Amino acid sequence: MSESREITLTVNGERHLIVVEPRRTLADVLRIDLGLTGTHVGCEHGICGACTVLMDDEPVRACLIFGVQADGSSVRTVEGLAAKGELTDLQQAFSRHHALQCGFCTPGFLMLAEGYLATTPAPDPVAVREMASANLCRCTGYQGIVDAIVEVAEHRFRERPI
Amino acid sequence: MATASSARQSQQWVGQPMQRREDARFLRGTGRYTDDVPHAFALHAAFVRSPIAFGVIRSIDVSPALEIPGVIAVLTSADLGHATLTGFLDRDEFIKTAMPILANERVRFVGEPLAIVIATSRYIAEDAIEAVSYEIDEFDPIVAMDDAQRTPQPIHDEAPDGVLVDLRMFNDDELEEVLATSHVVVDETFRSGRLQAAPMEGRGCLAEWIDRDDQLVVTVSTQLPHQVRTGIAQALGLAERQVRVIVPDVGGGFGFKAVLGREEVAVAAAARILRRPVRWAEDRLESLTASFQGREQEYTVRAGFTEDGVLTGLVADIRCNIGAYSAFPFTCGLEPIMAATEFLGVYKVPRYASRSRGIASNKPPSNAYRGVSRPQIVMVMEGLMDRAADRLGIDRVEIRRRNTIRAEDFPYSGPNGITYEPGSYLEALELCAAQVEAAGWRQRCEEAAPGFIRGIGIANFSERNAYGTATMGLRRMPMTPGFEVAHLAMDASGDVTLTSGTCSAGQGHETTFAQIVADRLGISPDRIQLRQGDTDLTSFGWGTFAGRSLVIGGGAAAVAARRLAVQLREVAAQLLSVDADDVELVNGHARVRGTDESISIDEIAKTVHFRSHLLTDREEYLLESHGSADPSGMFSNGCHAALVEIDAGTGAVQVLDYLVVEDCGVIVNPLVVDGQVRGGIAQGIGATLYEEASYSPDGQPLAGSFMSYLVPTAAEMPPISIHHLETPCYQTETGVKGMGEAGTIGAPAVILSALNDALRSRDAWLEHVPVTPADIQRLLELPTKMESS
Repeated sequence: MSESREITLTVNGERHLIVVEPRRTLADVLRIDLGLTGTHVGCEHGICGACTVLMDDEPVRACLIFGVQADGSSVRTVEGLAAKGELTDLQQAFSRHHALQCGFCTPGFLMLAEGYLATTPAPDPVAVREMASANLCRCTGYQGIVDAIVEVAEHRFRERPI
Repeated sequence: MATASSARQSQQWVGQPMQRREDARFLRGTGRYTDDVPHAFALHAAFVRSPIAFGVIRSIDVSPALEIPGVIAVLTSADLGHATLTGFLDRDEFIKTAMPILANERVRFVGEPLAIVIATSRYIAEDAIEAVSYEIDEFDPIVAMDDAQRTPQPIHDEAPDGVLVDLRMFNDDELEEVLATSHVVVDETFRSGRLQAAPMEGRGCLAEWIDRDDQLVVTVSTQLPHQVRTGIAQALGLAERQVRVIVPDVGGGFGFKAVLGREEVAVAAAARILRRPVRWAEDRLESLTASFQGREQEYTVRAGFTEDGVLTGLVADIRCNIGAYSAFPFTCGLEPIMAATEFLGVYKVPRYASRSRGIASNKPPSNAYRGVSRPQIVMVMEGLMDRAADRLGIDRVEIRRRNTIRAEDFPYSGPNGITYEPGSYLEALELCAAQVEAAGWRQRCEEAAPGFIRGIGIANFSERNAYGTATMGLRRMPMTPGFEVAHLAMDASGDVTLTSGTCSAGQGHETTFAQIVADRLGISPDRIQLRQGDTDLTSFGWGTFAGRSLVIGGGAAAVAARRLAVQLREVAAQLLSVDADDVELVNGHARVRGTDESISIDEIAKTVHFRSHLLTDREEYLLESHGSADPSGMFSNGCHAALVEIDAGTGAVQVLDYLVVEDCGVIVNPLVVDGQVRGGIAQGIGATLYEEASYSPDGQPLAGSFMSYLVPTAAEMPPISIHHLETPCYQTETGVKGMGEAGTIGAPAVILSALNDALRSRDAWLEHVPVTPADIQRLLELPTKMESS
């Protein structure tokens, strides 16, 4: 149970060599071993989505993935979004639309939306709402979250390289 | 004396939909919640919890757990000196009971902590839980409120009948006669299910004893920093000074964190005993089943009406299932008191009597949850209006109109002993009803697809908030909340630090408080930094709950800012050789009225700090001020309407559209106000259609995860349109009223009203929440009124 293993993980472009117990969750690896506490843990059973990160570009619940399962993968967390300093278009839209209050669920929604928009460039608002229902927010009532994602989707689609 | 007109002073920032200053860090993932606070050497706590709802502890054996490598200690009640927390009211109707920090002699609900395990990692601590063994002799548990009458073993020996609080605050000898002679008496029983606030961040703390400061430093996710300090100090026998409570970012509170939990005290005690830092983060199972719940209530009500639908009198018997313990500091009297005193809402009720009780059960203790008893009392009052309208053949809006307190009635004093300050009760109702017509909802009802039924609901209500000491004193808590003190200091660069004893859990105080202060100092809100949530940084305060922060904390900040503005104008006057009365603070400058002559506020700040020898007339050095506020309390008001659709095949309900008219006085930031409204409605929809902390008859929790405790997702939310009215508050310098709970308060009443409208062809009424698809299907199986006649 406690026989630790060595894994390599690329997180936000940085490569890490980490020794972990097989039972250690990816969420704990990110938060405790790498100090990336922007990924929050809201339920530890895969429903709330606060811990959503992108693993090889796919949104995953970091509480349901063991660190060893992520061995060799590339992980993107909320800390990687505005790495150059300025907030991304999606982050700015969240603020404009008041899509966050306490902010605890926000990183999960941002990563969920980034993963979704990367594969679904022109979603309609109904589809965005359906997608956003994957995660829980207890503060906002979701309207701002949906509006922000729809706005960014439209803007990115208009501005896409042709 | 503040007046409403003072709210009308020239304002630049108040009223603006400013994007929040908090947002950037939350969006970057650099917000810091309790479990994010780094500590390289902290040990991890986990709790051994009772799997039995009610019983006597025969033994606890912790020794096998201590054999596990990495386990540092396992502590039980005796190791903590049988420490307790006692939340009580100093009144005859209240029976005082203690809540042990760790279960002592008895367990009273599934999930009650028996022991705290301290280990080098959370993983090891949870392994060790499994290794602790115990023997518990079981009693028959009291789960429903009526169980107390047939179970011989009381939960607390002090209360043999299980009633911890029994209030008969309002009596009327003539009420029965008035009801007997009323044209119609509506006699109904309403029930509401047990809920959990479910903030996305559960509870958590990090405690460390610091010898240098002779202090226990407790980082904790709470709405009440100073009350947590008091509770920990009392439980552990420390002076208040010896406990420093630090509150980092809080991931949602909703009343769930307006309390001190036993776990936080146990972690603090362990850190002190072991002299090592200890941390704990609640998991979701603990949060849903072993923390605090609320709202399980029953109202048996009789209301008399004249032939014209005018209320003649109302008598209510209110019972609240308050769980196993009285929470600290707001006590198990919280729900019964609020239900009884605020029951009558926006209506003129000539005669009123009530009895309200808090009944113990083998469930987790109840505490405040956003709105406390108001979602229920509004549901009951609006349900009575709908029933009376139906029986008397009066339109639902019209019967409300006939009973609503009107503008000319203010200040209105009701039989509940409350004097209401002006609100827009009738205006809100009329505007909401007009909006429903304009939105074409009646047409949309007709357009329901085959197999679907639609209905419209309406609910007019008030939200009492910002209770000051004058009102809170009536409750007779051993410590009376209510006032706030704000401190402002401008530094040498002209930036302002504001401290407040209120404590944001996502409401955006850093932005809205800055907007209030900015207007009064003539500087940008970006130059104002709110510091909160640290008992060493703020001398005292009562935290954030009941719509009090922006009203009382923000009100105190406004007073402090007004006083600091006087200082700035006096310094400017001396530097510009003019009279202070001729100086105004605008756009970062102190300007001589009607001229171009000015000096920048930055320059004033620099002069006061670095060149004070130039200021010969000043009695005080620096630029600092205090302000305080303590309004007695006020009512915001609003009217909600909902269009709902029932799928007759499955009984599923979808809220299709939602209208809000709300009046919270002066609006500081419309983005924040609308966000509070929408978020509150989401919680209200959850309470009405999806959420219930349900229990089996033997007291086992049935909703221990988000797979069984159903928080609404984006898919369940309707579009919500919001219309604002503004009746400024005359109790505060800002004209602001509280408004954080209105959405949660209105939603159950309005959705129930809409469902009953949709089901009006059936001879049955829904009078409980949550309403499940099975409930709807049962009603749909009843014959229609036409069939039965």
